[in-house]
Amino acid sequence: MTSSDEALAQSATSADTAPGSQEPGAARGAQGRGTAPTGAGTWRSRLYRWDMKASPYAFISPFFVIFGAFSLVPLLYTAWYSLHHVQLSNLDGQTWAGLDNYTNLFQSDFFWNALKNTFTIGVLSTVPQLVAAIWLAHMLNYRLRGSTVWRVIMLTPYATSVAAATLVFVLLFSPDTGMINWALDLIGIDPVNWRESDWGSQAAVSSIVIWRWTGYNALIYLAAMQAIPADLYESAALDGANRWQQFRHVTIPMLRPTILFTVVVSTIGATQLFGEPLLFGGVSGTKGGSEHQYQTLGLYMYDQGWIVGNLGKASAIAWSMFLILLIVAAVNLLITRRLRKSQ
Amino acid sequence: MRTTARTSRRAMTFAVVAALATGLLAGCATDDDSGSDGGSGGGSGNKGGTTVTIGTFGVFGYKQAGLYDEYMKLHPGVTIKENVTTRTDVYWPKTLTRLQAGSGTDDIQAIEVGNITEAVQTQADKFVDLGKEVDKSQWLDWKNSQATTKDGKLIGLGTDVGPMAICYRKDLFEKAGLETDRTKLAAQWKGDWNKYVDLGKQYMKKAPNGTKYVDSASSVYNAALGGEKERYYDKDGSVIWDKSTGVKKSWNAAMEVATSNMSAKLKQFDKPWDQGFANGTFATVACPAWMLGYIQEKSGDSGKGKWDVAAAPTAANWGGSFIGVPTASKHQKEAIALAKWLTAPAQQAKVFAKQASFPSTPSAYADLKPQAATTTFFSDAPLTQIFSDSAKTIPVQIFGVKDQPIGTAITDTGILQVEQKGKSPAQGWDAATKEVKDVLDQ
Repeated sequence: MTSSDEALAQSATSADTAPGSQEPGAARGAQGRGTAPTGAGTWRSRLYRWDMKASPYAFISPFFVIFGAFSLVPLLYTAWYSLHHVQLSNLDGQTWAGLDNYTNLFQSDFFWNALKNTFTIGVLSTVPQLVAAIWLAHMLNYRLRGSTVWRVIMLTPYATSVAAATLVFVLLFSPDTGMINWALDLIGIDPVNWRESDWGSQAAVSSIVIWRWTGYNALIYLAAMQAIPADLYESAALDGANRWQQFRHVTIPMLRPTILFTVVVSTIGATQLFGEPLLFGGVSGTKGGSEHQYQTLGLYMYDQGWIVGNLGKASAIAWSMFLILLIVAAVNLLITRRLRKSQ
Repeated sequence: MRTTARTSRRAMTFAVVAALATGLLAGCATDDDSGSDGGSGGGSGNKGGTTVTIGTFGVFGYKQAGLYDEYMKLHPGVTIKENVTTRTDVYWPKTLTRLQAGSGTDDIQAIEVGNITEAVQTQADKFVDLGKEVDKSQWLDWKNSQATTKDGKLIGLGTDVGPMAICYRKDLFEKAGLETDRTKLAAQWKGDWNKYVDLGKQYMKKAPNGTKYVDSASSVYNAALGGEKERYYDKDGSVIWDKSTGVKKSWNAAMEVATSNMSAKLKQFDKPWDQGFANGTFATVACPAWMLGYIQEKSGDSGKGKWDVAAAPTAANWGGSFIGVPTASKHQKEAIALAKWLTAPAQQAKVFAKQASFPSTPSAYADLKPQAATTTFFSDAPLTQIFSDSAKTIPVQIFGVKDQPIGTAITDTGILQVEQKGKSPAQGWDAATKEVKDVLDQ
């Protein structure tokens, strides 16, 4: 959903700007081509005008056709399923349920638990990740030897597969034989059951997310930082600002739109968190631990749909997730507007 | 602007030319193909004919034991293609949806024992009745009955079964001052899983440093339940899991383990469990035949000759699969022939020799030969004897549609909370109850 939402948003903005920039360009193009027919109403000019108008739609249509087939139709179908009692083993034998699936869901402890976990794991992973990314980007923004090497290294966690990364983290966090408990033991801290304790398991899952995405965000910040004019820093330095003050009063304000972008993307990513907790949980990973302590909404949906086989309820979860994402998007829009006004 | 207009035009022309060219080339290619096809059809006859596909999960051992190659040699017109999905929890939903769509299924589909009841009760019309094609008496009765519908239709042929034994570390037992002889040991716990648990208390009194008696409480639960007639459903298909004596007995045995510090508290098939084998952190594990290869692989050379196998307290089954032919199969005749051949006693014996998957056809038991390496690894235990004795006496168990998720709810929520989070057995049971209700909630 998200990628297509973004794409929609992007295509919407480009559509806003398109007419303004296209018209004069088109006119110029017509003038420039000396051979182009000038007489209105001739067959060629009509064809030409039609071409100018219709071609862009033809060019963007593949996306919308694919979006319709693979996103919109399933979305509506899911909505239809969510209003029925459907079992995976009996797809044709669906019976009308009205809003039963939703009321069951909102009365289910597991749903609220999953929602809570999604939120806490989201915060636990997004906040440190973005802070670390800004700090990393700031460091890399100084003149460094072999800066390309550092940047490539930073991107490697992002390039590794979730499965590989999670497997390694599972071993690191293993309560008895893992390296992390061993290290804690060295500094005199009691071992933590990273799999079964509430905060321990959430922290462990978050650490995988942080590890994977920090470098990615740092590169985005770095790109934005390099676009900040150097004279801003120079004048700040002339005013006697030290590095930290420069960072606070020049870098951060200039990065505001970028930060907002990464916050939105990370929030959406956190809402859909699935692979890391699933693989972290091992054999019956969809449960998210014995007390569902790290079961996210995504996991709960998968568990209901594909393990238990209760497709109706799973569809209801899917739609609830979709609505939650819409709320997140709306809140974000409000904040953006606020920020723009304050600028 | 002008330049872009021109380049885009040029690009368009290029695209059109390219499209035409590829079209032409493709045309040539298909011509070529059909030409060579005709050639080979008339010539060697090696290629072509029918391709029979078989959908499996995990390791079935057919390929490993060379059965596909052998079959293709025997039937020159047939090519076999295996589509493996590693995880069962991915394989089964996918297969269910394809069966119902009536397209996309393989010519032969494997069915895990945990899903067979669901298949029998909801998908029977999507599978060919194999009962008329084979001599049913070849298989163990209880194996056949699992795949038979109420009106007597056999939707799958049994592959392997999972008769249970106890694998134990002889060296650790000796250090703890326990009996190490496999027959005497089996006699000590015969008939009751509680006796096996009691021995664990003895073990813990003199346990070698850093070791526990058993890998996990869930493993004891699964093993004990594997020998009970009554599980989560009754004969009429209603859920009786909270009243079932089988569940109660197994639960109690598991609770003994979970609350008495004799468990290494590992989760089976997780990485740390694998490491447990390598480091020798637990002395016993209830092992169905198919687990032998796993133990051998994960323990490595360090465990060689230290492991031994003794008969389990009760004859129990854990795991085993079926292969069925969907009615949507495009090559039904060939698929049925192949399925029959793959599950025939002779072939099952070959898979056992390679993969230690135990045959579901008793007539194969006489000439079962496990790999020499496996026998040495397990201290020359009479593996064939132990497992076939168990297989023949396993009771007919009643399964239900949601057996699998109910079982997971009990082990991975109920038992795990008691074992790893120090909850009381009553709290664990309550948690499991809540979870099962969520599973059964339509």
